[in-house]
Amino acid sequence: MKVRFWGTRGSIPVSLTAPDIRKKLVAALEGAAGRNLDTRQQIENYIDQELGFDISGTFGGHSSCVEIDIQGTEHVICDMGSGARPLGIDMMARFGPSGQTYHVFMSHLHMDHMMGFPFFTPIYIPGNRFVIHGCHSGIEEAFRRQQSAPGFPVDFFMLGAKIEFDQMKPGETYEIADLRVTAKLQHHGGDSYGYRFEHDGKTMIYSTDSEHKLDDIADTQSFIEFFRNADLVIFDAMYSLAEAISIKADWGHSSNIVGVELCQLAGAKRFCMFHHEPSHDDEKIASTLAETRRFEEITRFDQPVEVISAYDGLEITL
Amino acid sequence: MPETMNLNPRTQGSALILAPQGRIDHASAADFSAALEPHLAECKSGGTPLVLDFASIDYISSVGLRALMLAARQVKAQNGRIAIAALTSVVKEVFEISRFNMVYKVFDSVDAAVTGVS
Repeated sequence: MKVRFWGTRGSIPVSLTAPDIRKKLVAALEGAAGRNLDTRQQIENYIDQELGFDISGTFGGHSSCVEIDIQGTEHVICDMGSGARPLGIDMMARFGPSGQTYHVFMSHLHMDHMMGFPFFTPIYIPGNRFVIHGCHSGIEEAFRRQQSAPGFPVDFFMLGAKIEFDQMKPGETYEIADLRVTAKLQHHGGDSYGYRFEHDGKTMIYSTDSEHKLDDIADTQSFIEFFRNADLVIFDAMYSLAEAISIKADWGHSSNIVGVELCQLAGAKRFCMFHHEPSHDDEKIASTLAETRRFEEITRFDQPVEVISAYDGLEITL
Repeated sequence: MPETMNLNPRTQGSALILAPQGRIDHASAADFSAALEPHLAECKSGGTPLVLDFASIDYISSVGLRALMLAARQVKAQNGRIAIAALTSVVKEVFEISRFNMVYKVFDSVDAAVTGVS
Protein backbone atom coordinates (compact mmCIF):
# COMPACT_ATOMS: atom_id res chain seq x y z
CA MET A 1 0.00 0.00 0.00
CA LYS A 2 1.35 3.40 -0.99
CA VAL A 3 -0.01 6.65 0.37
CA ARG A 4 0.57 9.87 -1.56
CA PHE A 5 -0.18 13.28 -0.15
CA TRP A 6 -1.48 15.83 -2.63
CA GLY A 7 -2.87 18.32 -0.13
CA THR A 8 -1.92 18.61 3.52
CA ARG A 9 -2.91 22.11 4.61
CA GLY A 10 -5.88 22.81 6.86
CA SER A 11 -8.85 25.08 6.33
CA ILE A 12 -7.66 26.99 3.25
CA PRO A 13 -4.90 26.57 0.68
CA VAL A 14 -1.83 28.74 1.12
CA SER A 15 1.08 29.60 -1.14
CA LEU A 16 4.69 30.53 -0.60
CA THR A 17 5.32 34.23 -1.24
CA ALA A 18 8.32 35.93 -2.80
CA PRO A 19 9.65 36.93 0.66
CA ASP A 20 9.27 33.27 1.77
CA ILE A 21 11.39 32.10 -1.18
CA ARG A 22 13.93 34.85 -0.58
CA LYS A 23 14.28 33.81 3.07
CA LYS A 24 15.01 30.22 2.02
CA LEU A 25 17.56 31.33 -0.59
CA VAL A 26 19.37 33.56 1.87
CA ALA A 27 19.55 30.75 4.43
CA ALA A 28 20.76 28.25 1.83
CA LEU A 29 23.41 30.57 0.42
CA GLU A 30 24.61 31.59 3.87
CA GLY A 31 25.06 27.94 4.70
CA ALA A 32 26.92 27.37 1.42
CA ALA A 33 29.61 29.93 2.18
CA GLY A 34 33.04 28.35 2.31
CA ARG A 35 31.88 25.00 0.98
CA ASN A 36 33.14 23.42 -2.19
CA LEU A 37 29.96 23.36 -4.27
CA ASP A 38 31.36 23.39 -7.78
CA THR A 39 29.50 20.40 -9.15
CA ARG A 40 25.82 19.59 -9.38
CA GLN A 41 26.38 16.48 -7.25
CA GLN A 42 28.03 18.53 -4.52
CA ILE A 43 25.15 21.02 -4.61
CA GLU A 44 22.54 18.28 -4.43
CA ASN A 45 24.36 16.59 -1.54
CA TYR A 46 24.43 19.91 0.28
CA ILE A 47 20.70 20.40 -0.28
CA ASP A 48 19.76 16.85 0.67
CA GLN A 49 22.10 16.30 3.60
CA GLU A 50 22.83 19.70 5.10
CA LEU A 51 19.74 21.82 4.68
CA GLY A 52 16.60 21.21 6.67
CA PHE A 53 13.41 20.47 4.74
CA ASP A 54 12.00 23.80 5.86
CA ILE A 55 14.76 25.48 3.79
CA SER A 56 15.31 23.01 0.96
CA GLY A 57 11.61 22.28 0.44
CA THR A 58 8.18 23.24 1.66
CA PHE A 59 5.36 21.45 3.41
CA GLY A 60 3.05 22.86 0.79
CA GLY A 61 -0.20 24.59 0.66
CA HIS A 62 -2.91 22.50 -0.98
CA SER A 63 -5.87 21.55 1.17
CA SER A 64 -6.67 17.94 2.06
CA CYS A 65 -6.28 15.28 -0.60
CA VAL A 66 -4.61 11.89 -0.11
CA GLU A 67 -4.27 9.03 -2.58
CA ILE A 68 -4.16 5.37 -1.55
CA ASP A 69 -2.46 3.20 -4.16
CA ILE A 70 -2.68 -0.58 -3.84
CA GLN A 71 -1.88 -1.15 -7.50
CA GLY A 72 -5.50 -2.09 -8.10
CA THR A 73 -7.66 -1.44 -11.13
CA GLU A 74 -9.61 1.27 -9.32
CA HIS A 75 -8.28 4.40 -7.66
CA VAL A 76 -8.86 5.57 -4.10
CA ILE A 77 -8.76 9.15 -2.83
CA CYS A 78 -9.46 10.67 0.57
CA ASP A 79 -11.04 14.10 0.30
CA MET A 80 -11.09 16.46 -2.62
CA GLY A 81 -9.33 19.56 -1.34
CA SER A 82 -7.31 21.72 -3.70
CA GLY A 83 -4.67 18.99 -3.93
CA ALA A 84 -7.11 17.17 -6.20
CA ARG A 85 -6.16 19.47 -9.08
CA PRO A 86 -2.54 18.23 -9.45
CA LEU A 87 -3.71 14.71 -8.58
CA GLY A 88 -6.14 14.77 -11.51
CA ILE A 89 -3.37 15.80 -13.88
CA ASP A 90 -1.10 13.07 -12.53
CA MET A 91 -3.84 10.41 -12.74
CA MET A 92 -4.44 11.23 -16.41
CA ALA A 93 -0.70 11.04 -17.09
CA ARG A 94 -0.45 7.65 -15.38
CA PHE A 95 -3.67 6.00 -16.50
CA GLY A 96 -4.98 7.99 -19.42
CA PRO A 97 -7.89 10.37 -19.61
CA SER A 98 -10.77 7.89 -19.65
CA GLY A 99 -11.94 4.45 -18.62
CA GLN A 100 -11.01 4.83 -14.95
CA THR A 101 -12.96 4.30 -11.73
CA TYR A 102 -12.26 6.66 -8.86
CA HIS A 103 -13.45 6.01 -5.31
CA VAL A 104 -13.53 9.17 -3.19
CA PHE A 105 -13.95 8.97 0.59
CA MET A 106 -15.16 12.24 2.07
CA SER A 107 -14.27 13.08 5.67
CA HIS A 108 -16.87 15.84 5.60
CA LEU A 109 -18.35 18.49 3.40
CA HIS A 110 -16.51 21.66 4.37
CA MET A 111 -15.21 23.55 1.39
CA ASP A 112 -11.51 22.96 1.98
CA HIS A 113 -12.20 19.25 1.53
CA MET A 114 -14.37 19.65 -1.58
CA MET A 115 -12.97 22.63 -3.48
CA GLY A 116 -10.64 20.58 -5.67
CA PHE A 117 -13.38 18.40 -7.16
CA PRO A 118 -14.37 20.84 -9.93
CA PHE A 119 -10.68 21.05 -10.88
CA PHE A 120 -10.13 17.28 -11.01
CA THR A 121 -10.12 17.03 -14.78
CA PRO A 122 -11.25 13.37 -15.11
CA ILE A 123 -14.73 14.36 -13.89
CA TYR A 124 -15.32 16.08 -17.25
CA ILE A 125 -14.34 13.11 -19.40
CA PRO A 126 -16.93 10.53 -20.49
CA GLY A 127 -15.95 6.98 -19.70
CA ASN A 128 -14.73 7.75 -16.21
CA ARG A 129 -16.73 6.65 -13.18
CA PHE A 130 -16.72 8.24 -9.75
CA VAL A 131 -18.12 6.73 -6.59
CA ILE A 132 -18.23 9.31 -3.82
CA HIS A 133 -18.42 7.57 -0.46
CA GLY A 134 -19.36 9.23 2.79
CA CYS A 135 -21.57 9.16 5.84
CA HIS A 136 -23.22 12.57 5.53
CA SER A 137 -26.81 12.43 4.36
CA GLY A 138 -26.43 15.63 2.33
CA ILE A 139 -23.33 14.59 0.42
CA GLU A 140 -24.84 14.63 -3.08
CA GLU A 141 -26.55 17.95 -2.49
CA ALA A 142 -23.25 19.44 -1.29
CA PHE A 143 -21.43 18.40 -4.46
CA ARG A 144 -24.24 19.64 -6.69
CA ARG A 145 -24.43 22.96 -4.85
CA GLN A 146 -20.68 23.50 -5.13
CA GLN A 147 -20.96 23.25 -8.90
CA SER A 148 -23.94 25.46 -9.58
CA ALA A 149 -24.48 29.10 -10.52
CA PRO A 150 -23.32 31.58 -9.43
CA GLY A 151 -20.51 29.79 -7.61
CA PHE A 152 -19.03 27.85 -10.52
CA PRO A 153 -19.45 28.13 -14.30
CA VAL A 154 -19.83 24.42 -15.08
CA ASP A 155 -22.90 22.90 -13.48
CA PHE A 156 -22.71 19.47 -11.89
CA PHE A 157 -25.17 18.02 -14.47
CA MET A 158 -22.70 18.87 -17.25
CA LEU A 159 -19.98 16.57 -15.94
CA GLY A 160 -18.93 13.95 -18.48
CA ALA A 161 -18.05 11.23 -16.02
CA LYS A 162 -20.61 9.00 -14.35
CA ILE A 163 -20.97 10.16 -10.76
CA GLU A 164 -22.45 7.91 -8.07
CA PHE A 165 -22.90 8.48 -4.36
CA ASP A 166 -22.52 5.78 -1.72
CA GLN A 167 -24.09 6.44 1.67
CA MET A 168 -21.95 4.64 4.24
CA LYS A 169 -22.77 3.89 7.85
CA PRO A 170 -20.13 4.50 10.51
CA GLY A 171 -19.02 1.35 12.30
CA GLU A 172 -19.83 -0.97 9.41
CA THR A 173 -17.04 -2.50 7.38
CA TYR A 174 -17.21 -2.43 3.59
CA GLU A 175 -15.16 -4.07 0.84
CA ILE A 176 -14.43 -1.34 -1.68
CA ALA A 177 -11.74 -1.37 -4.37
CA ASP A 178 -9.96 -4.28 -2.66
CA LEU A 179 -9.87 -2.38 0.62
CA ARG A 180 -11.65 -3.10 3.87
CA VAL A 181 -13.07 0.27 4.87
CA THR A 182 -14.63 1.32 8.17
CA ALA A 183 -15.82 4.84 8.97
CA LYS A 184 -15.95 6.47 12.41
CA LEU A 185 -17.86 9.51 13.60
CA GLN A 186 -15.62 12.34 14.80
CA HIS A 187 -16.16 15.61 16.67
CA HIS A 188 -16.31 18.46 14.15
CA GLY A 189 -18.78 21.12 13.19
CA GLY A 190 -21.45 19.35 11.11
CA ASP A 191 -19.70 16.04 11.95
CA SER A 192 -16.74 14.46 10.24
CA TYR A 193 -15.75 10.85 9.71
CA GLY A 194 -12.42 9.10 9.95
CA TYR A 195 -11.64 6.05 7.83
CA ARG A 196 -9.74 2.87 8.57
CA PHE A 197 -8.39 1.24 5.39
CA GLU A 198 -6.99 -2.28 5.48
CA HIS A 199 -5.33 -4.23 2.69
CA ASP A 200 -2.95 -7.16 2.59
CA GLY A 201 -2.04 -6.90 6.26
CA LYS A 202 -1.49 -3.15 6.22
CA THR A 203 -3.69 -0.53 7.87
CA MET A 204 -3.94 3.17 7.21
CA ILE A 205 -6.07 5.58 9.22
CA TYR A 206 -7.30 8.85 7.75
CA SER A 207 -8.55 10.94 10.65
CA THR A 208 -8.67 14.62 9.87
CA ASP A 209 -10.84 17.45 11.16
CA SER A 210 -11.38 15.67 14.44
CA GLU A 211 -11.43 17.18 17.90
CA HIS A 212 -10.78 14.92 20.87
CA LYS A 213 -12.64 15.70 24.06
CA LEU A 214 -10.22 14.60 26.73
CA ASP A 215 -12.84 14.26 29.45
CA ASP A 216 -14.74 11.65 27.43
CA ILE A 217 -12.92 8.46 28.37
CA ALA A 218 -15.20 6.19 26.34
CA ASP A 219 -14.67 8.32 23.25
CA THR A 220 -10.89 8.26 23.74
CA GLN A 221 -11.00 4.48 24.08
CA SER A 222 -13.04 4.18 20.89
CA PHE A 223 -10.34 6.07 18.96
CA ILE A 224 -7.62 3.90 20.48
CA GLU A 225 -9.48 0.87 19.12
CA PHE A 226 -10.03 2.57 15.75
CA PHE A 227 -6.28 3.28 15.48
CA ARG A 228 -5.30 -0.13 16.90
CA ASN A 229 -2.03 -1.48 15.41
CA ALA A 230 -2.25 0.82 12.40
CA ASP A 231 0.79 1.15 10.18
CA LEU A 232 0.01 4.80 9.54
CA VAL A 233 -2.28 7.28 11.30
CA ILE A 234 -2.92 10.50 9.38
CA PHE A 235 -4.04 12.85 12.13
CA ASP A 236 -5.37 16.39 12.46
CA ALA A 237 -2.58 18.04 14.47
CA MET A 238 -3.51 21.60 13.65
CA TYR A 239 -3.02 23.22 17.05
CA SER A 240 -0.92 23.00 20.17
CA LEU A 241 -2.64 21.18 23.02
CA ALA A 242 -3.04 24.42 24.98
CA GLU A 243 -4.81 26.04 22.02
CA ALA A 244 -6.95 23.00 21.25
CA ILE A 245 -8.46 22.86 24.73
CA SER A 246 -8.74 26.60 25.43
CA ILE A 247 -9.21 29.41 22.92
CA LYS A 248 -9.76 26.98 20.04
CA ALA A 249 -11.88 24.46 21.90
CA ASP A 250 -14.89 23.39 19.81
CA TRP A 251 -13.17 24.48 16.60
CA GLY A 252 -13.08 20.82 15.63
CA HIS A 253 -9.35 20.14 15.52
CA SER A 254 -6.71 18.44 17.60
CA SER A 255 -3.05 18.57 18.59
CA ASN A 256 0.24 16.77 18.13
CA ILE A 257 0.24 15.77 21.81
CA VAL A 258 -3.11 13.97 21.67
CA GLY A 259 -2.16 12.33 18.38
CA VAL A 260 1.04 10.87 19.79
CA GLU A 261 -0.73 9.66 22.93
CA LEU A 262 -3.49 7.93 20.95
CA CYS A 263 -0.95 6.26 18.67
CA GLN A 264 1.11 5.10 21.66
CA LEU A 265 -1.96 3.64 23.36
CA ALA A 266 -3.13 2.05 20.10
CA GLY A 267 0.23 0.50 19.24
CA ALA A 268 0.31 2.37 15.94
CA LYS A 269 3.62 2.38 14.07
CA ARG A 270 3.60 5.78 12.40
CA PHE A 271 1.98 9.10 13.33
CA CYS A 272 1.59 11.61 10.54
CA MET A 273 0.75 15.22 11.40
CA PHE A 274 -1.75 16.56 8.89
CA HIS A 275 -4.08 19.52 8.26
CA HIS A 276 -1.40 22.11 8.98
CA GLU A 277 -2.53 25.44 10.35
CA PRO A 278 -2.48 27.89 7.40
CA SER A 279 -0.66 30.59 9.37
CA HIS A 280 2.28 28.28 10.10
CA ASP A 281 5.28 28.65 7.80
CA ASP A 282 7.75 25.89 6.97
CA GLU A 283 10.04 26.83 9.85
CA LYS A 284 7.18 26.57 12.33
CA ILE A 285 5.97 23.21 11.00
CA ALA A 286 9.53 21.83 11.06
CA SER A 287 10.05 22.97 14.65
CA THR A 288 6.71 21.43 15.65
CA LEU A 289 7.80 18.18 14.02
CA ALA A 290 11.06 18.21 16.01
CA GLU A 291 9.18 18.93 19.24
CA THR A 292 6.67 16.18 18.54
CA ARG A 293 9.44 13.66 17.92
CA ARG A 294 10.95 14.68 21.23
CA PHE A 295 7.57 14.34 22.97
CA GLU A 296 7.18 10.82 21.59
CA GLU A 297 10.68 9.99 22.79
CA ILE A 298 10.25 11.20 26.37
CA THR A 299 6.79 9.69 26.79
CA ARG A 300 7.45 6.36 25.05
CA PHE A 301 6.32 3.40 27.13
CA ASP A 302 6.32 0.54 24.66
CA GLN A 303 7.28 0.37 21.01
CA PRO A 304 8.38 3.63 19.38
CA VAL A 305 5.99 5.56 17.16
CA GLU A 306 7.62 7.11 14.12
CA VAL A 307 6.56 10.74 13.89
CA ILE A 308 6.37 12.45 10.50
CA SER A 309 4.79 15.57 9.13
CA ALA A 310 2.82 15.36 5.90
CA TYR A 311 3.78 17.54 2.97
CA ASP A 312 2.44 17.91 -0.54
CA GLY A 313 4.34 15.34 -2.58
CA LEU A 314 5.14 12.96 0.27
CA GLU A 315 4.83 9.27 -0.62
CA ILE A 316 4.83 6.58 2.05
CA THR A 317 5.05 2.86 1.35
CA LEU A 318 3.49 0.68 4.04
CA MET B 1 -16.55 8.85 42.40
CA PRO B 2 -12.79 9.26 41.99
CA GLU B 3 -10.54 8.78 44.98
CA THR B 4 -8.90 11.92 46.25
CA MET B 5 -5.19 12.26 45.58
CA ASN B 6 -3.06 13.40 48.49
CA LEU B 7 -1.75 16.84 47.58
CA ASN B 8 0.35 17.19 50.76
CA PRO B 9 -0.80 20.76 51.48
CA ARG B 10 1.41 23.14 53.41
CA THR B 11 1.62 26.89 53.77
CA GLN B 12 4.57 29.05 52.91
CA GLY B 13 4.21 32.78 53.38
CA SER B 14 0.79 33.76 52.14
CA ALA B 15 0.58 30.85 49.69
CA LEU B 16 -0.76 27.34 49.92
CA ILE B 17 1.62 24.79 48.46
CA LEU B 18 0.18 21.62 46.94
CA ALA B 19 2.61 18.84 46.11
CA PRO B 20 1.12 15.92 44.18
CA GLN B 21 3.28 12.90 43.47
CA GLY B 22 3.71 10.37 40.67
CA ARG B 23 1.87 10.54 37.38
CA ILE B 24 -1.11 12.62 36.36
CA ASP B 25 -2.51 10.65 33.45
CA HIS B 26 -5.67 8.96 32.22
CA ALA B 27 -5.76 6.85 35.38
CA SER B 28 -5.25 9.62 37.93
CA ALA B 29 -6.34 12.94 36.39
CA ALA B 30 -9.85 12.72 37.87
CA ASP B 31 -8.37 12.07 41.32
CA PHE B 32 -6.06 15.04 40.91
CA SER B 33 -8.95 17.31 39.87
CA ALA B 34 -11.07 16.15 42.79
CA ALA B 35 -8.27 16.85 45.24
CA LEU B 36 -7.55 20.24 43.73
CA GLU B 37 -11.14 21.44 43.63
CA PRO B 38 -11.63 22.60 47.26
CA HIS B 39 -8.38 24.57 47.15
CA LEU B 40 -9.34 26.29 43.93
CA ALA B 41 -12.44 27.73 45.57
CA GLU B 42 -10.24 29.66 48.01
CA CYS B 43 -7.86 30.84 45.29
CA LYS B 44 -9.66 34.09 44.54
CA SER B 45 -9.22 37.83 44.84
CA GLY B 46 -8.13 38.47 48.44
CA GLY B 47 -7.92 34.71 49.03
CA THR B 48 -5.05 32.24 49.23
CA PRO B 49 -2.63 32.06 46.28
CA LEU B 50 -1.81 28.54 45.12
CA VAL B 51 1.56 27.08 44.18
CA LEU B 52 1.60 23.64 42.61
CA ASP B 53 4.89 22.00 43.56
CA PHE B 54 5.52 19.51 40.74
CA ALA B 55 8.93 18.34 41.94
CA SER B 56 7.56 14.82 42.47
CA ILE B 57 5.46 14.62 39.31
CA ASP B 58 7.15 12.21 36.91
CA TYR B 59 4.75 12.60 34.02
CA ILE B 60 1.61 14.44 33.00
CA SER B 61 -0.55 13.43 30.03
CA SER B 62 -3.00 15.48 27.98
CA VAL B 63 -5.81 14.62 30.38
CA GLY B 64 -3.75 15.89 33.29
CA LEU B 65 -2.93 19.05 31.38
CA ARG B 66 -6.63 19.54 30.74
CA ALA B 67 -7.21 19.42 34.50
CA LEU B 68 -4.60 22.16 34.87
CA MET B 69 -6.28 24.18 32.13
CA LEU B 70 -9.63 24.02 33.93
CA ALA B 71 -7.95 25.04 37.19
CA ALA B 72 -6.22 28.01 35.55
CA ARG B 73 -9.49 29.07 33.97
CA GLN B 74 -11.37 28.94 37.28
CA VAL B 75 -8.69 30.86 39.16
CA LYS B 76 -8.54 33.51 36.46
CA ALA B 77 -12.31 33.96 36.63
CA GLN B 78 -11.99 34.43 40.40
CA ASN B 79 -9.10 36.90 40.01
CA GLY B 80 -6.93 34.56 42.04
CA ARG B 81 -3.23 33.71 41.61
CA ILE B 82 -1.81 30.30 40.79
CA ALA B 83 1.61 29.13 39.65
CA ILE B 84 3.57 25.95 39.09
CA ALA B 85 7.04 25.29 40.42
CA ALA B 86 9.94 22.86 40.28
CA LEU B 87 9.03 20.92 37.15
CA THR B 88 11.07 17.81 36.46
CA SER B 89 12.95 17.90 33.17
CA VAL B 90 10.43 15.66 31.40
CA VAL B 91 7.40 17.57 32.62
CA LYS B 92 9.10 20.85 31.76
CA GLU B 93 9.54 19.65 28.18
CA VAL B 94 5.92 18.49 28.05
CA PHE B 95 4.85 21.96 29.20
CA GLU B 96 6.93 23.60 26.50
CA ILE B 97 5.81 21.32 23.68
CA SER B 98 2.13 21.56 24.66
CA ARG B 99 2.50 25.35 25.17
CA PHE B 100 1.30 25.06 28.77
CA ASN B 101 4.23 27.27 29.71
CA MET B 102 2.02 30.00 28.21
CA VAL B 103 -0.97 28.98 30.33
CA TYR B 104 0.81 28.92 33.69
CA LYS B 105 3.52 30.98 35.31
CA VAL B 106 6.26 28.40 35.75
CA PHE B 107 8.99 28.93 38.35
CA ASP B 108 12.18 26.98 38.92
CA SER B 109 11.59 26.72 42.67
CA VAL B 110 8.75 26.83 45.17
CA ASP B 111 10.40 29.83 46.85
CA ALA B 112 10.40 31.76 43.59
CA ALA B 113 6.79 30.79 42.93
CA VAL B 114 5.68 31.93 46.39
CA THR B 115 7.33 35.29 45.76
CA GLY B 116 5.73 35.40 42.33
CA VAL B 117 2.17 34.89 43.54
CA SER B 118 2.42 36.94 46.75
